[in-house]
Amino acid sequence: MGYVWRWSVFLEPVPSGGGTYLGWLLAGLRATALVSLLAWAGALVLGVIFGVLRTVPSRPLRLLGAAYVEAFRNVPLLVQLFVWFYVVPELLPAQMGRWVKGLPPETQQLVASSVCLAIFTGARVCEQVRAGIQSLSGGQGKAALALGLTVPQAYRHVLLPVALRIILPPLTSELLNLVKNSAVASTIGLLELAAQGRQLVDYTAQPYESFIAVTALYVAVNLALLGVGRWLEGRARLPGGFQAGR
Amino acid sequence: MYALDWSSVPTAWPLLLRGARITLEITVVAVGAGMVWGTALAVMRLSPMRPVAWLAALYVNAFRAVPLVMVLLWFRLLVPAFLERLFALPRAADVRLASSLTAFALFEAAYYAEIIRAGIHGVSPGQRKAALALGLTSMQAMRLVILPQAFRNMLPLLLTQAIILFQDTSLVYVASLADFFGMADIVGRRDGRQVELLLFAGGCYFAVCFAASALVRRQRGARVVT
Amino acid sequence: MITIRGVDKFYGSVQVLRGCSLEVARGEVVVVCGPSGSGKSTLLQCVNGLLPFQRGEIVVNGTSVRDPRTDLPRLRAHVGMVFQHFELFPHLTIRENVVLGQVQVLRRGRAEAVENALRLLDRVGLRAHADKHPAQLSGGQQQRVAIARALAMDPVCMLFDEPTSALDPELIGEVLEVMVELAREGMTMMCVTHEMGFARRVAHRVVFMDEGRILEDAPTEAFFAAPSSERARQFLSRLLQH
Repeated sequence: MGYVWRWSVFLEPVPSGGGTYLGWLLAGLRATALVSLLAWAGALVLGVIFGVLRTVPSRPLRLLGAAYVEAFRNVPLLVQLFVWFYVVPELLPAQMGRWVKGLPPETQQLVASSVCLAIFTGARVCEQVRAGIQSLSGGQGKAALALGLTVPQAYRHVLLPVALRIILPPLTSELLNLVKNSAVASTIGLLELAAQGRQLVDYTAQPYESFIAVTALYVAVNLALLGVGRWLEGRARLPGGFQAGR
Repeated sequence: MYALDWSSVPTAWPLLLRGARITLEITVVAVGAGMVWGTALAVMRLSPMRPVAWLAALYVNAFRAVPLVMVLLWFRLLVPAFLERLFALPRAADVRLASSLTAFALFEAAYYAEIIRAGIHGVSPGQRKAALALGLTSMQAMRLVILPQAFRNMLPLLLTQAIILFQDTSLVYVASLADFFGMADIVGRRDGRQVELLLFAGGCYFAVCFAASALVRRQRGARVVT
Repeated sequence: MITIRGVDKFYGSVQVLRGCSLEVARGEVVVVCGPSGSGKSTLLQCVNGLLPFQRGEIVVNGTSVRDPRTDLPRLRAHVGMVFQHFELFPHLTIRENVVLGQVQVLRRGRAEAVENALRLLDRVGLRAHADKHPAQLSGGQQQRVAIARALAMDPVCMLFDEPTSALDPELIGEVLEVMVELAREGMTMMCVTHEMGFARRVAHRVVFMDEGRILEDAPTEAFFAAPSSERARQFLSRLLQH
């Protein structure tokens, strides 16, 4: 075939010195993990808030939730990312804009990626939360209110604890999607895993090893998160099932 | 405060249209090929021949475990050189579109396979028994009885996946191919009006996807009534 | 205790309650019966404000339900409700189900709430199951827990919405026993139910509803001996045939 396989390339030092190609690979993994974690935290908060908003009795609040979902579900992720990175700093009030543009590029990339992914994924988590709450029998909400709980108390003590348990499997899927979507951040220069893959292809003459390694890492992260998800589902399972009284 | 100047949008129209054509081309080819290959994969997963079922499952799980960006890069950077070496082909001029089309079709097929597999599972088992009892072969039962019902049941999800695909075509950016979004970005940088062009592109995508989702919702509603 | 006056309720343009008026005095047990769709459950859920109504007035223990100034959660804290499908909270143990309202609404200390809960569970015969989850109990057991949950709030009156309709026949008795005991202790009760045996045992009055209207409101014996409306007669004869 003519191609010489050389897996040891990862242990070779990078041209700029101060590390090996393996170090680059791991740095990419770290960046992916960081962006994913930050974005997931944001997505959960936004998703629960707006998911609840979509189910409350107040119509204006429900519309607000629907607007959030529609706004961020109908525009491609890449476009949203470019807007956060290139457009938002321009549209901010002059002083804030200057401060943002003065930040180190890595920080700008990280912030834009995390915010973008958090809001994008949050819209999807919102829909999961909404589905979870709506899958509960209407009687649960009524029973909570009949006890004298206020609407916020009813959500906090009765509706959300059960809804969140129910939606653990699709939530795990969303987290997996989030990690995969983080690769899009490479387009604005963030040196996450996919970007490091390209760098490795450019700098080493071993494109296959580079890409196989990067792909393998994505698959490994995927499997690890799936495992965590399964474990959580096991812990959250209620003895006897979810639907009491049916 | 940034002063918005939309004048560069109309002048960019010819280039944007060229990009839009690429977007549509990829969407249509990927949806078409993706559904065909995805259906085949879904059927293969149900095959009594274990190696076939196992390979199909492996394919689907592998493609669903990696980012689309990686798949696009694989097909853009590695596969052309690989094929050239393997088949001793001459150096191809511009494989950007071909590699992207292939990557999308193979990638989306894995997602369609899962949707259709769920659809097949949703058809009551009695249907297959009734078909076989009539004397149809397994393949005929699948083709004439099960799959049509599976498709009808999963139509909203299939359409939604198409809308997602339409949005994902913007990622050909990483393969250095300029679709509608890519053109908007190029023109924006060229004219120093990135803000306006990106906002315009975002607005266009929103309009198309919002309308498409509304249509899918209407179609789903109509089906539920009947 | 409960005063319902001229209540009309609409779902859009469909009227489901027509000019309903009813009084339940302190210590009285009133049974509301009628064919399905007659509006009995709807009326009951209007009493504690779970469902809104467009015209008329409902006053519970001196508080008007429809008044916008009324603190509905506070009102509901003192009105116990038991649902057809029990509606225990599946993610909480039996004990926690009975404790939740006391701690979060009445702001009782946890120790006091738990002690109260166990006492009430003992009263309905289910103390041994305190650490289980609702799905592990039978329907009859769940409904008894639901009654304990409502009683834990020290209500001034209790609303029962077809409490035995979702139960297997052999489990109905254990729930009715608890309700009978409650009635004998002088609890004010408004019960939507088909259990005419229960009505005869403890109800002071029987109210018959049909198509959103209250057609009859009579002392128990009078109702069973000679219902004045034709619809009530038909309903009773069909019911008692089983």
